[in-house]
Amino acid sequence: MATRLSYLDWNAGALVRPEAAAAVAAALAHGGNPSSVHRAGREAKRRLEDARQAVAALAGVRAEDVVFTSGGTEANALALGAFPGRRLIVSAIEHDSVLANAPDAARIPVTPAGVVDLAALEALLAGGDGRPALVSLMLANNETGAIQPVAEAARLAHARGALFHCDAIQAAGKQALDRDRLGCDLMTLSAHKLGGPPGIGALILRAGLDPAPLLRGGGQERGRRAGTENLPGICGFGTAARAAASGIESFRAISGLRDAAERRLLAIAPDAAVHAAATPRLPNTLCISMPGVPAATQIMALDLAGVMVSAGSACSSGKVRRSHVLDAMAASERDAESAIRISLGWRTTEAEIDHLVEAWGTLYARTRASAA
Amino acid sequence: MTAAIARRANAAPIYLDYQATTPADPRVVEAMLPYFTEKFGNPHSLTHAYGREAAAAVEIARAELAGLIGAEPREIVFTSGATESNNMALKGAAHFHRQFGKDHLVTLATEHKCVLESAHALEREGFRVTILGVGRDGLVDLDQLAAALEPQTAIISVMAAHNEIGVIQPLREIGALCRAREILFHTDAAQAVGKIPFDVNDIGADLASISGHKIYGPKGIGALYLRRRPRARIAPLIDGGGQERAMRSGTLPVPLVVGLGKAAAIAQAEMAGESQRLLALRARFLSGLKSRLPDIVLNGHAERRLPGNLNLSFPGVTAVDVIAACPALALSTGSACTAAEVEPSYVLRALGLGEALAAASLRIGIGRFTTATEIDFAVEAIAAAVRRLRAGGGVGVTSAAAGTT
Repeated sequence: MATRLSYLDWNAGALVRPEAAAAVAAALAHGGNPSSVHRAGREAKRRLEDARQAVAALAGVRAEDVVFTSGGTEANALALGAFPGRRLIVSAIEHDSVLANAPDAARIPVTPAGVVDLAALEALLAGGDGRPALVSLMLANNETGAIQPVAEAARLAHARGALFHCDAIQAAGKQALDRDRLGCDLMTLSAHKLGGPPGIGALILRAGLDPAPLLRGGGQERGRRAGTENLPGICGFGTAARAAASGIESFRAISGLRDAAERRLLAIAPDAAVHAAATPRLPNTLCISMPGVPAATQIMALDLAGVMVSAGSACSSGKVRRSHVLDAMAASERDAESAIRISLGWRTTEAEIDHLVEAWGTLYARTRASAA
Repeated sequence: MTAAIARRANAAPIYLDYQATTPADPRVVEAMLPYFTEKFGNPHSLTHAYGREAAAAVEIARAELAGLIGAEPREIVFTSGATESNNMALKGAAHFHRQFGKDHLVTLATEHKCVLESAHALEREGFRVTILGVGRDGLVDLDQLAAALEPQTAIISVMAAHNEIGVIQPLREIGALCRAREILFHTDAAQAVGKIPFDVNDIGADLASISGHKIYGPKGIGALYLRRRPRARIAPLIDGGGQERAMRSGTLPVPLVVGLGKAAAIAQAEMAGESQRLLALRARFLSGLKSRLPDIVLNGHAERRLPGNLNLSFPGVTAVDVIAACPALALSTGSACTAAEVEPSYVLRALGLGEALAAASLRIGIGRFTTATEIDFAVEAIAAAVRRLRAGGGVGVTSAAAGTT
């Protein structure tokens, strides 16, 4: 059993920042329902609005544009169902929470470099059945880290009378966010990907939009999302958002560690392929294939050595399945089946990268020896 | 009295709003905290140790919650709370069963807003909705309910124990009516679970909504009980990564799930003793107030109600004035959801209360951390406030009393 543990699966879930954990613990101790009119309720309401302000600041929007949800999946489901009269156009590399909530949507293809094909988007916008569209494109892909041309896509969408939704879950806290510069009408955020607690997220809405709610009831969140507010979660989200916003510059330095990992893995295995390598990527994400070795085998071997990574996204059964993202990038069968995702966070150390390189190198040597 | 108020001048208000939300039990908080920090794994990352540790904690919590309601662990679907569970149950049942020609729903006028709003949303989609009234005691008339059922009825939704008036509906009888007709029986059990014995098989419920923060667990987590035999089939509300057997996608918030499990385990262990304690406190509250204000009216059935709930009308005053006059108490007029909107409760109107009497009603919720000293203080404070308001004018006593007829 490995005693040395290296967590390199930050895109699945980031470590909760200590200040965010403290905010959650404090709010749990306070109690209070923000919708109650008595003193405890009013105090809860004040803390709720302070957190809303912090999340708004991270996205460069007004506090009233922020609708808290139970997480990114709910926010994406809300966004895609918010305008039932519109036809949906989503990129082929979206997260399952977008794809599954838009099963009949037209899919925008991506290039082999992992970037959405804007000419194809333009054609999809021009075609269709005459109904206005809602386009959904993520800001950065969770598996490859590839940053998408969101501002350009939003301009194309708006020129055709479409609304534009951006799943910014993986990008938030890793690069500056400016909703208006990106031109998003709707934007999804998730706390636990940026150092906040799980179970809380937000949909950012441009003023003047009137989305159909997914959850109806007590009229919380200005009628846009019913349910007693998860105040400890919201407080943790707000605190994490403040920390993430002020840490974006230093987060960029993580690319140094990521690039070193990439260089060293490629030095060990010259036949390894790095996905979306030619594309601007998140500074913390590395998607790499060790040809001929199934992803599940790599992950298990790394896990035994104490190195935690994943193959694609962490959702559903935990089974390692083929990545729809790499398929959409037309990666070869061989590369797609042997791709793992290595993702770093603010607490990642050089020693953890050494650990990864060591374990990966050992596996590579073993497989090559047995193949020989 | 004055001395008592002076002693409390800088203290936190006495919390008498346990149906709006309950404070998380310190034991629950303690169980949750490690899962925010050192045990932070994504429970769906089963390929590594942190993920497996998180997944194991989720399954323990699922078993704890299932145990509390007599269900199997795999019948529990975690959600973000009872609002989501209620939306999911009604919309999911309606959307799934439409393909079989079932386009009708039955519910009560006194249900929580999230049930009524879901029903109205379905109505706009073309479903037919029957909303039944209740008696003066807040209870459903079973004959009326039976008469409302049709071959096309997909689901009945009736709250187990009421959030404003505390009444407990005849659940077993409703379950039997539904089972005989192959209609799904959903019950919003957010207030009942953990407070009174609630067993899904005893009741015959097919779907039941549960809330974490109503049972001394965290906010932002709840569950929907989904019967496996005979199988209650519904369409999911939130799709995505396929978590929760594809019934509810989204990364499970492990600390919240752990908190809900712990809250369920505590409730199960302590329910019997705690409900006796609360019944005694409630009797003390009611008799204390009645001896000082003989004309108060108890809303909802006197016995068939939650041990921790009172709903009282104070003829001649308005509830908002009483709340304002009692800053040392945390009280409410009814559901917390509609916030500062202090319109008279639609629930009390459904019981037949006139507008004035409905506006003169307070919901008093007591719970795990309520003490006899707090009850005695609250009785004095409320009685004094009501007397003072009546003396100072306020709403005319006679016109308000007329509302009771």
